[in-house]
Amino acid sequence: MLDMKLNRRGFMMTTASIAALPMLGAAPTNGFAASPKRGGLLRIGQLGGATSDTLDPATFAAGPVACAMYGGVYNSLVEIDADNNVVPELAESFEPSADAKTWVFKLRKGITFSDGKPFSAQDVIATFNYHKGDDSKSGGKELLSEIETIRADGTDTLLFQLKGGNADFPFVLADYHFSIMQAQEDGKVDWRSAIGTGGYILESFEPGIRIRLKRRDGYWKTDRAWFDEVELLTINDPVARQNALMSGEVDAIDRIDPKTAHMMQRAPNITLEEVVGLQHYTMPMFCDVKPFSDINVRLALKYAVDREEMVEKLLRGHGSVGNDHPIGAASRFYANGLPQRSYDPDKARFHLKKANAEGLSIELSAAEAAFTGAVDAAVLFQQSAAKAGIQVSVKREPDDGYWSNVWLTKPFCFSYWGGRVTEDWMFTQVYARGAKWNESHWNNDRFNSLLIEARSELDVAKRREMYTEMQVLCSEDGGSIIPMFANFLDARNDKVAHGKLASNLFFDGWKIVERWWPA
Amino acid sequence: MERLSVIIAKRLALGILTLFVISLIIFSATEMLPGDIAQTVLGQSATPDTVAAFRRELGLDQSAPTRYLNWLTGVAHGDLGMSLANRRPVSELIASRVGNTIFLSAYAAAIAVPLSLILGILSALYRNTTFDRSVNVAALAAISFPEFFVAYILVFFLAQTGYFPSMANVDANTAFGEKLYKTFLPALTLTLVVTAHMMRMTRASIINLLALPYIEMARLKGMSPLRVIVYHAVPNALAPIITVIALNLGWLIAGVVVVEVVFVYPGLGQLMVDSVSKRDLPVAQAVALLFAAAYVLLNLLADVLGMITNPGLSHPK
Repeated sequence: MLDMKLNRRGFMMTTASIAALPMLGAAPTNGFAASPKRGGLLRIGQLGGATSDTLDPATFAAGPVACAMYGGVYNSLVEIDADNNVVPELAESFEPSADAKTWVFKLRKGITFSDGKPFSAQDVIATFNYHKGDDSKSGGKELLSEIETIRADGTDTLLFQLKGGNADFPFVLADYHFSIMQAQEDGKVDWRSAIGTGGYILESFEPGIRIRLKRRDGYWKTDRAWFDEVELLTINDPVARQNALMSGEVDAIDRIDPKTAHMMQRAPNITLEEVVGLQHYTMPMFCDVKPFSDINVRLALKYAVDREEMVEKLLRGHGSVGNDHPIGAASRFYANGLPQRSYDPDKARFHLKKANAEGLSIELSAAEAAFTGAVDAAVLFQQSAAKAGIQVSVKREPDDGYWSNVWLTKPFCFSYWGGRVTEDWMFTQVYARGAKWNESHWNNDRFNSLLIEARSELDVAKRREMYTEMQVLCSEDGGSIIPMFANFLDARNDKVAHGKLASNLFFDGWKIVERWWPA
Repeated sequence: MERLSVIIAKRLALGILTLFVISLIIFSATEMLPGDIAQTVLGQSATPDTVAAFRRELGLDQSAPTRYLNWLTGVAHGDLGMSLANRRPVSELIASRVGNTIFLSAYAAAIAVPLSLILGILSALYRNTTFDRSVNVAALAAISFPEFFVAYILVFFLAQTGYFPSMANVDANTAFGEKLYKTFLPALTLTLVVTAHMMRMTRASIINLLALPYIEMARLKGMSPLRVIVYHAVPNALAPIITVIALNLGWLIAGVVVVEVVFVYPGLGQLMVDSVSKRDLPVAQAVALLFAAAYVLLNLLADVLGMITNPGLSHPK
């Protein structure tokens, strides 16, 4: 599972070749998958369900609802395949204009919603307007801010007019918020109906307890949605989740605690599914606040982190060290040859001296809400920084309200990113000037101009060059320490099987419901 | 002695006042917690304008006293309102879970109450023997471990070996017998946690009485020790025992969230925790009121039973 294909086909080639293939994707690339078959029941035990869950895609987050709805009941315009390529789903093909500012999406014909009504461009427009509108409370609203207009050309052609060119625009449309819902007569969507074009019908939904799905007849994908029924149970306690899998009450569970992962490997009929993804943990420092405004202070702190120790002690080896930029080894334009920054108290002291900040004393805000183990990471950092003459006081923050009261508010804290499939997406959301989630208040002119230039560039070689330079800038000048990338850890028993696992999200890119099959 | 019905009426009126005060406390406590529902639901992906839109939709832009009064008016008319998080009626959310909670606590009580009474009486009878000491040590050991630890131990020995399921996965269609089987481990965990308290109270209040002259008299009449305890000591010891049982029953209804989480049992505790952590006030309020009402009623019941069963009170001198 760990062998990632790093050299992927060029983007434009993908678009062209995918359109020619009959809905690829499920073709098993490695030997562990026998040919898929239909039938049976898939039982999933998952973290993240709560009694307050809703079916509203605007509020989707990691958990059973998103897994069931995004991955089973609904389809999107496009999806991310196991090699991190964007491939058409409800779209048949997509093509940019020469400046990548206008994107034309041709929609598949003859697709129906589970209530029998035909799918058309109006449904797509209604869905995006729901997330884009002034009254939107959608977590995906920010992603759509680059869209100027969306309009239909007939029933099966859509035109997205962007404010600026973006060669990676289709990737954004695969985001889980943008599950395509059905347009009502008034041109709006009603998420309460839970009617989608996907392979499953929502049979029952008890928030925070279970979700039951049933396969629908006449699903347009013939090589997906293998199980007759799917049950997604909320099991928030990590030990209970593992017990449920080991005693055979569920077939698959997500987010194994790295501390107990070795126990899963010991059980004979259980497979630990480890995927190298783009999920990483960050320690943003406000670049416009003293002492972090001095690049030498930032560098000193970057050298004062013992990354190897964190990967070993917090992730138990289920991850890799970060290099202070958010692009992971699984990314298309990952800069392979960059020197890895490692723990070096002497260099840290050198930079401190240069900044005239010897005997630096700073406060680091931490809470488990940022990621499991964040408080431990803070203490490890305190120890390693002390050896470099930096005094870190760890401030334990409450989990409740962490994302509204600490993150983006305190000058030095912890954060995490599930990772974004494209470099542009990651950089634009978190590292660009003025981005709402620019957690380090970083503002580098060269970086910002490269970002815009690379976004509309369609030449792959040129883009690679630009993204490499941006990774260097981020690592050298950026305001975030990125100590580690964490692998996705799921587990399954031998009653279920799958093809090559996607690495954009856990549980096969949250598509476990339609991609896995009974063994 | 005041008439029983008057006492009950007075206590019920006081109970309603208690509930009102509790609702005020819950409301202000939740208001004081950092963040509101819009921020907690959107989490890391929140932006100022999506949070504002969320608040407008839910009417959270109104002032706190206005929201409280609106809620109170609704409750006075029997309307518990809608959940802020998923726009479902609160009564519907609670209805599906209250049955589960009552089932589990009744199940645990049905094992724990007779068990602790019998063990208490027996250890009073054989006080200071090896039997007495081992029962006490065992019960105290069980209560001293945190519930989740007891639960994991039971899962390790009874679920991983395949005798019982590790998950109490029940729904409305589960048959009664199957339900008893599936929820055996959580019920057993709760039993282990509450037994010591009730058992030791039974033992202590009986032993307390054994030194009294009327017990001496009974013994001098030549009654067997068991008969002395069951017929003469227990009736006089019932009031404190009943109070302790009521307290434990209250806990079984309101305090079992840890057990619910470990065994993935859909009860009220999880609903309460979720709604507080998501700042879903109407749900948190309603569940808190339910828990408080359970305590008030159980305590009232204990007092009434204590009075009825006390021979001294029913035969005034």
